[in-house]
Order: sequence, then structure tokens, then C-alpha cells
Amino acid sequence: MSLLKATDLCRHYEVGGGLFRKPQILKALDGVSLDLEPGKTLAVVGESGCGKSTLARVVTMIEPPTSGTLLIDGKSVRQGDPTLRKTIQIVFQNPYGSLNPRHKIAQILGEPLRLNTDLDAAERRRRADEMMERVGLRSEHCERYPHMFSGGQRQRIAVARALMLDPKILVLDEPVSALDLSIQAQVLNILSELQSDLGLAYLFISHDLSVVRHIADEIMVMYLGRAVEAGAAKEIMDGSAHPYTRALISATPVADPARQKQRIMLTGELPSPLDPPTGCAFHPRCAHVTDGCRSAAPVLEARGSGAVACFNPL
Amino acid sequence: MAESSGSVKAQTRRQMLSEFWFYFSENTGAKIGLFVFIGLVLIAIFADVIAPHAANVQYRDALLVPPVWQEGGRWEYILGTDAVGRDMLSRLIYGSRFSLFIGCVVVAIAVTGGVTIGLIAGYFRGWVDMVIMRVMDVILAFPSLLLALVLVAILGPGLTNAMIAIAIVLQPHFVRLTRASVLNEINREYVTSARVAGAPPFYLMTRTILPNCLGPVTVQATLSFSNAILDAAALGFLGMGAQPPTPEWGTMLAEAREFILRAWWVVTFPGIAILITVLAINLMGDGLRDALDPKLKRT
Repeated sequence: MSLLKATDLCRHYEVGGGLFRKPQILKALDGVSLDLEPGKTLAVVGESGCGKSTLARVVTMIEPPTSGTLLIDGKSVRQGDPTLRKTIQIVFQNPYGSLNPRHKIAQILGEPLRLNTDLDAAERRRRADEMMERVGLRSEHCERYPHMFSGGQRQRIAVARALMLDPKILVLDEPVSALDLSIQAQVLNILSELQSDLGLAYLFISHDLSVVRHIADEIMVMYLGRAVEAGAAKEIMDGSAHPYTRALISATPVADPARQKQRIMLTGELPSPLDPPTGCAFHPRCAHVTDGCRSAAPVLEARGSGAVACFNPL
Repeated sequence: MAESSGSVKAQTRRQMLSEFWFYFSENTGAKIGLFVFIGLVLIAIFADVIAPHAANVQYRDALLVPPVWQEGGRWEYILGTDAVGRDMLSRLIYGSRFSLFIGCVVVAIAVTGGVTIGLIAGYFRGWVDMVIMRVMDVILAFPSLLLALVLVAILGPGLTNAMIAIAIVLQPHFVRLTRASVLNEINREYVTSARVAGAPPFYLMTRTILPNCLGPVTVQATLSFSNAILDAAALGFLGMGAQPPTPEWGTMLAEAREFILRAWWVVTFPGIAILITVLAINLMGDGLRDALDPKLKRT
């Protein structure tokens, strides 16, 4: 049974509305479906502004979806079941902003327990100490303030906080992109360890394909609020069918000087989601564009073990 | 374990304090201001011991005696006496009590009210914010002293009513400041993170957001302290604040008005007292801002 199931999830924002002007609709998320199994990692990749973070915010119930259904652990989020909060937690990109600067680590870790359980202070503290050791920090660190830690340590504290309520799903919103390379590996290793120990499911949001290659079981590629390709990580990394995915993968640096690099250069910018192109949203930047792409939008169709939304898959 | 955590706590507190003092003491003016202010507080506390005379005793044989260093001055009345023979120095010493009391009460009322309203406006946005901020704009549109005067005229003259009026006049600054900080903090990730952890709105407002907004409010509170003293003196001078024979500095000025040409000391000394107090507190507030503003800190 899938732990997290989203069907046609949409999140639209109204922007620029004035007293006499009708607001425009920004489709940050426009019909995304996904399915996450226990113990697996689904990576969501795409450029900045493609709706990855909006997806994370909708899935973690920070924002309600405009339409579509979201089932967490088989229960619909629309009923507002408070126990669902404990099932899904999030780790943010910026470890310098995600910890309350006025609270001690013990308070930061104890807060989710305090809000959701009846445990007393001593028990909360004991669990905080335990969790600190689990993420490779010492329990004495609980008495310190966030500004006394480095970025990597802070991100581990953020992971520890997210795990305090024993969630089944962890949404990782670019958890390592603010860290330098050696620290990235450290945090990723801890995440993998925790996943195998606790059987967590990860929704891993990233723009960095070399990180995704390392950690993901499945990949979903997003472009302008829609999924353009989804499938098993290996298949996508080795032989993707969508021209956009190909371009993304070719842009990832590979540490192999002998390898001949064939970089597919994308021209132009990500179009404005306020005024998306007609037909396939990717057609203005696509090398394989045909007349059909300009008039009609392709939908996700099964291909191999995954799915791709393209009229001319490679 | 408990002992070690206690010592770590004490250590971090000491470290924060020494860091604060480092930035504060870089500003010489702030240091001077702080010492003068501490001196004033001590004078106010020990007024009964220091003051050579009682505040309201009239010495009929010593009307308008000039200060000692002038011809006709007496050592009994170092700063001279006023028109009904009360010792100026003693009245000034007792007056410091009123000024500090006014400052404390006004700032307490203005901060509590202002921060609460600002927090509500910044957190809920929408029409609540609209209504609150427009009301605050209306209050700010009046010249502050004029508004305080009108309020006292409605409430009736007296020190308590003057303090309430001044607090209402000063409040919008705190509302705006708090609201701006809340708007700044509310989109930070740690607030979202608390929300994901299931924090209800009241918890978010008071525990998560508010402590992070208090830096600028503290600075504004010190500066408002001096404003409150100044406004209270002005109301006293206009006869709307503390009523005679209270030895409040503004009221003393008002009583001495007619002797301005004949006896300079009856107006000069209360004026200087107000000046020194306000200046010291403002200098201290500047230093506080430098010490608390993270943008000015070097790491």
C-alpha cells in the first residue's frame, strides 16, 4: 500500500489583484500525481520555479491544495485529522533559517513532542538526547543555541527535529544544497542510515542530479508545475525519454576527464507560469519540437516502467 | 548532568552578556548615559536620605534665595529656594522619582498594548491589519503633544491621566515596529517548521515569533522612556499633568514662570534636570541599538 498518494494535485495562487484589477492566476502546481511506498525515496527534480517547493508545502499540509486529492497513510488530508501531522514532517533547505534562533536545541527538538504528546519535560529531554546521538551529535549539544553550530550540524538538528514525532514520511526540500560538498555526503549518509533503520519514506526535492543519483529509487521530473517524466531512478538516469530530462542530465558535471561530454544546451529561460506557452510547456526550448507540440499539451503516458509526457520521446 | 547543564547555561548567559557589554561599551556616549541614568535611579531611590529638606516645607524667611555661589546665597539652600521658600535641590531630588515613575509606567503601558496589537495585525493580516494600521495612522497624524493635551482635557488633569494619555500617544510606534518585525519573521522557515509541528496560532505568536521581534522594541522602549518624561513635563508645564505642589519638574517650571526675569534659578534648574535625564536616556538607547542590532555586529 502506498504511504503517500497524490492525484492531480493543483495549487494556484492569485497574484497582482488590485481594487479594480482582476488578479491573475499563477499555476504553481498544475495536476501532479505521485505515489510513495514505505522505505522508498522519490526524488522530485527540476529547475528553480518549476513547483518543487510548492509540492513540498502542499504535501506537508502547510498549504491546502486548490484541487486534487492527497492521501497520507490512506487518510484524506481534507478531513483535517491532527494525527496526520505526525505522519509527515519536513526538512527545509536553509539550515540557518529553519531553527528558531532564540531557542536551545533541547527546546527545538522537544517542541514537536510538547505540541503533540503529553510527555513530561524529562521524557522529552531524554528523547531529544537520544535523537541527537542518532544524527551523530552529542547530547550535551542540547544546551546550546543554533548559532553555535555549523551548517551541516544544523541540518542534522533539523533532521532530528523532523524525526521527533516518529513520522513515516519525510519531505526533504533541497536538504543539502545549502551545504558544501563534504558536508553534503555526511548528511546524505545519515539520511540513508535513518531510512534503513526506521523504514522512512523520503520525498526528496532537489535540483542536483548527482545527489539524486546517489539517493533516489524513483525520480519525477517537473517542468512548470507539471510532471514531464517519472520512473525508476536508474532508467531515467541512463536512458530518459523526455528531451528536458536529457538536457538536465547532460548538465550534471561528471568527475571523469576522459569522458566525452555532450552537453545539451537549453536556450531561453523558464517561461513565466503566469503566461505559460501553448501546447507543451517545454516547446519554446525543445530541440525536437514539431507543430503538434505547439498546439496540444502531451499528457503522461506509460513507457517502460515509468511514464513520459512527450509527443516525440527519444 | 543537571549540574553540568546548569553551568553550560550560566556560561552561555555570561558569554552573551559579555558580548553585549563589548558592543555597548564601544560607544562612549552610551556609557556616560548609562552611568548618569544609574545615578538618577540611585538618587530617586535614596531621595529621603539625600535631600537636605522635605519637598514641600516652606521656609518663610528664605523666599527666592539665590544659589550659594551668588551674592545672598546660603549654604542651607544650595540651589536656592523658590517663590514660597521651598528648597530647589530637595524638590529636584524628589522630582526624579516622578520622572522615572512616569517613564516606567508609560513605557510599560505603551509596550504591552503596542506589542499585542502589532502582533495581532502582523499575524492575521487582511482586514484586521487594515483596520488596526489605519487607526494607528490616525493617531500618528496628530501632533503628539496636542493629542495628549486633548486626551487629558477629556480625562481630567492629573498625573495618572497624563500618563495614560502619553502612553496612548506613544503606542502606535510600538504597533508599527512590532508589525514590521512580525511580517519579517513570519515567513522564515523556523515559523513554518513550528507550524508543521502542529503549533496553534497563539503558540506561534507568543512563543515562536514574539521573542525574535523584541530587539528593536527594546530600543524603541528606551527612546520612548525619554519621550514620556519630556511629554509629561510639557503637560505639567501646561497645567495638565501633575498638579502643584507635586515636585514634578514640568510643574515646577510652570510655577516659576512669572519669576523668570527676577530669579533665573527657579526655571533653569528643573530645565537642566529634564535635559540631563532625557539626554542620558537617549545616549543609552543609541548604545543599546548598536549592541542589539545584528547587522552592525562583526563576527
